[in-house]
Amino acid sequence: MTPLLKLDGLTKTFHTRRGAVRAVDGLDLEVRAGETLGLVGESGCGKSTTGRMLVRLLDPTAGRITFDGQDITGLSQRRMRSLRHDLQIIFQDPFSSLNPRHTVGSIVAAPLRAQGEEAPRHLVQEMLELVGLGAEHIDRYPHEFSGGQAQRIGIARALVSRPRLVVADEPVSALDVSIQAQIANLLARLQRQLDLAYVFIAHDLAVVRHVCARVAVMYLGRIVEIGARDVIYGSPAHPYTRALLSAIPLPDPAAERARERIVLRGDPPSPADPPAGCAFHPRCFKAAARCRTERPRLTEVNGRRVACHFPELSPFELAPPA
Amino acid sequence: MSLLTVRDLTVEFTGPKGTARAVDGLSFTVDEGRTLGIVGESGSGKSVTSLAIMGLHDRARVTGSIDVAGTEVVGAGREEIRALRGRRVAMIFQDPLSSLHPHYRVGEQIAEARRLHFGASRRAAHKHAVQLLADVGIPDPGERAGDYPHQFSGGMRQRVMIAMALACEPDLLIADEPTTALDVTVQAQILELIATIQRERGLAVLMITHDLGVVARVADDVLVMYAGRAVERADVDALFAEPRHPYTRGLLGSLPRLTGPAGELTPIAGTPPSPLTPAAGCPFHPRCPDRIATCETVRPDLEGTSHQAACHLTATKKVTP
Repeated sequence: MTPLLKLDGLTKTFHTRRGAVRAVDGLDLEVRAGETLGLVGESGCGKSTTGRMLVRLLDPTAGRITFDGQDITGLSQRRMRSLRHDLQIIFQDPFSSLNPRHTVGSIVAAPLRAQGEEAPRHLVQEMLELVGLGAEHIDRYPHEFSGGQAQRIGIARALVSRPRLVVADEPVSALDVSIQAQIANLLARLQRQLDLAYVFIAHDLAVVRHVCARVAVMYLGRIVEIGARDVIYGSPAHPYTRALLSAIPLPDPAAERARERIVLRGDPPSPADPPAGCAFHPRCFKAAARCRTERPRLTEVNGRRVACHFPELSPFELAPPA
Repeated sequence: MSLLTVRDLTVEFTGPKGTARAVDGLSFTVDEGRTLGIVGESGSGKSVTSLAIMGLHDRARVTGSIDVAGTEVVGAGREEIRALRGRRVAMIFQDPLSSLHPHYRVGEQIAEARRLHFGASRRAAHKHAVQLLADVGIPDPGERAGDYPHQFSGGMRQRVMIAMALACEPDLLIADEPTTALDVTVQAQILELIATIQRERGLAVLMITHDLGVVARVADDVLVMYAGRAVERADVDALFAEPRHPYTRGLLGSLPRLTGPAGELTPIAGTPPSPLTPAAGCPFHPRCPDRIATCETVRPDLEGTSHQAACHLTATKKVTP
């Protein structure tokens, strides 16, 4: 089956005063129809830049984006417009992505209007109800809503054209825990109900685990490990994935005391000055001579793909069993 | 011995839309060498509380009592508070740039407090600053002391701020979301640093956070806040093992986790309350799955001895915790 979305060697270089910064560096990735893929990593890993390129808010420097068999890399904004039906994005900050002077109805209908289509009132009201708001909210303004409700408006707008792929860029990270769970559940329910594919971008690996079936871990513009959720969380093979999981505080004091943590040295490196060889080697507890010179390629190891010369094969436990 | 005693603290802000009670009758203590985690969502009053302890509310109406190592903060004069702030209590924030001056070398900024409060000579204060930078894990501290804040990464800046906080050997360190803006691998480093410093210097720490994982990692005791009030207080193990307040249970249920079932989460219904329009009775009752008629009219107080909850149901044992 052809994938819904295919990235080949996707690259983005930003030119800054301090020189060229390669934010995304030759990314290969496939997303199947109806699939949820989590794109995780720390700041500067290129996950958001990737998301923006997918929906063509940013133009790639090199590489190819294929959507539903069609090369959309060089498509003009005009031609892209008809693709917007199928390809939508949800942003992190619900308020800054909603025009404060427009009513909810006008905001939600915008993607349809942009294509010269009609957006009947009852359809917009249906969308509002689908995302857990009320039909009566249609004539209100964004400031009348809480953060969680505003994010629901953003979701309704993304879904009104019945897209097949939605890029969700940190959709719950600005929300309080109790609200975050509401929105994460909503996104999961809508995915099942509408048979959507998500590229779910997040720094929070716990949220991703509850929403995504497949996970890609990024470090400095590249994928270092990609595989099914249970494989990535249950037996991560890249030392970075292990360190990342082991750094996350668990809401369980006994487990926190008992667990052994891998504490990485230093900060994530700057994409403006990437280390030679494996980008992770300066912080890696397994780094050897080869890692400093030779960049590892993504290779199939025990049911996932991992870019590491010395992948971890030993059992992995987040915390010892109680 | 308790180093910080807060009694019946209330903080109110008055604006064009009316008066908002951000903190409402809050009481707690922090003992020497212990870490109290204050956890709550936005608007719960946790940060307002920490600023009140630092005497940083100019425009708010603050009542009640805040005793820091024998000195009363509420109603104290400017000079008294300044002396306290430098010497007994130090605070680190989520954003280190907001408390570091962009135009001064970090070494000078750390040394300044030492000269001010200890009357140290320029040379001695500088030497001390370099030592502190080494203590908090800054490589090449002698050289880095001459750098400006923007020359440090986020994690290193947080270390600089911790060094500055330690300059006057405080007894109490208030950390307000110190790792929220940091990447998780850097967060782990900073939490470890705070724990080490506390162990070595016997500090009392007030850790203010929205993250129950951070609380589980660093706190000895936990205070859960909702709508300006304490709704539960317990030692960290008891709080996570048998949460007694429906809000605490709701928070724990809504947390996405790295282990256990990966399916649907159990969110708390509704939205957090506005301090401008507080609910009558228990502030949590509009969102509470277990509420009874009493909850709508009578405001519950913290009940219990070592493990306390402000809930009519827990108090009357109608719900087994």
